[in-house]
Amino acid sequence: MLVRVRFTPQLRRFLEAPPAEVEASSAREALEAVFADHPRLRAYLLDEQGALNKHFALFIGGELARDADALDRPLATGQHLDLMQALSGG
Amino acid sequence: MANPDPPAFFVGTRKGLFQLARQAAGEWLPIGHDFVGDPVTQLLHDARDGSLYAALNLGHFGPKLHRLAPGAADWEEIACPAFQETDGASVKEIWALEAGGADQPGRLWAGTIPGGLFRSDDAGASWQLVRSLWEDPGRAKWFGGGADEPAIHSICVHPEDSRELLVGVSCGGAWQSRDDGATWQQVAQGMRAAYLPEEQSLEPDSQDPHMIVRCPAQPSELWCQHHNGIFKRSGDADWTEVTTAPVSAFGFACVVHPTDPQRAWFVPGTSDQCRLPVDAAVVVQHTRDGGASFEVQREGLPQSHAHDIVLRHALAIDGGGERLAFGSTCGGLWVTEDGGQAWQIQAVRLPPVYVVKWQQPAS
Repeated sequence: MLVRVRFTPQLRRFLEAPPAEVEASSAREALEAVFADHPRLRAYLLDEQGALNKHFALFIGGELARDADALDRPLATGQHLDLMQALSGG
Repeated sequence: MANPDPPAFFVGTRKGLFQLARQAAGEWLPIGHDFVGDPVTQLLHDARDGSLYAALNLGHFGPKLHRLAPGAADWEEIACPAFQETDGASVKEIWALEAGGADQPGRLWAGTIPGGLFRSDDAGASWQLVRSLWEDPGRAKWFGGGADEPAIHSICVHPEDSRELLVGVSCGGAWQSRDDGATWQQVAQGMRAAYLPEEQSLEPDSQDPHMIVRCPAQPSELWCQHHNGIFKRSGDADWTEVTTAPVSAFGFACVVHPTDPQRAWFVPGTSDQCRLPVDAAVVVQHTRDGGASFEVQREGLPQSHAHDIVLRHALAIDGGGERLAFGSTCGGLWVTEDGGQAWQIQAVRLPPVYVVKWQQPAS
């Protein structure tokens, strides 16, 4: 299914991360589809183990997804993804 | 970042990279501020070609590496050392960054948290994990010291034989290779760990060298500021403990004179439990005789109400051996132009300082 993905505008300081619509059945599949067009983005979002960088907040269908397997859980029809900065750091 | 005629040095801080240039005797002022707002954890000004490298640790987006090519106006983000998924580790920070030998153009070494040593042969366009060290059975004994995970903070390339390397690990001792990283030997014998049970205190793999430096002109001579002492090593001998430091044997930073291995400088602190200047006074301990004795440098340094700690990479000496600079966790910055007989506080309040590196002369 078609999944809409949006990224925190803070990423624009470092690289292009425009909104995308990609074919995917999970958040990870959606991100992989985005990385195909924006390979540098991977190292900003995921670590070498494929985990979301801990200061990112993943919203699935508008809900903050805190569980460890959120990236791999099947998406429901119509759910969109937002990759936002967590409110941390300083 | 410019390449000015006057001497200059770089300061990596919690909020960006500053370049300071000499305005007059003892007076150094910022002439550049890049990566504004971003933590700059390590720097390398490569004397071989004038490239400047800056390692960042973006709070939200992880470790990154940038290069300013000679003559270029803009920084370029280059590849960052990274493990493979099967390694079961992720780079948290680049903690050490050094150039290979003059006979190895493009060769860079990077040490990371956790304790990976990475090699590049294309000026940072790509990196390879040095698996011989990562997969050494001895690494299983490493443990976290300054960071939660063991980490490589010192990479000493032998200036006359670039195939010989020595790396310092907190906490994992000191490792030497004489075949360009193909094989490694633990060489922390002689170090003593006061934080271990007495019967294990001489265990090399558990030593916590905070910083190891090599004398460029006499590269067999090494100094180490260790977690609970100062040690030195000559050739292949064991490390020997130097017990004459008058203020404290605890600290993070040390440098050695570029041509005289008998001269070394240390910025001490109180015990590992406290990590503050002794008696709230910032001092530098300097030996001219290989540690037989020390002078305590105080002139120009705050002698009361000072709580500045100098991190391990935040003290640097230039190629002439008389100019040194250090920055503190409180953002203080001091420079000497006479080997520390007098220090001058600089008219700048910086973010917490992680690293100081002198600009290399243009070749």
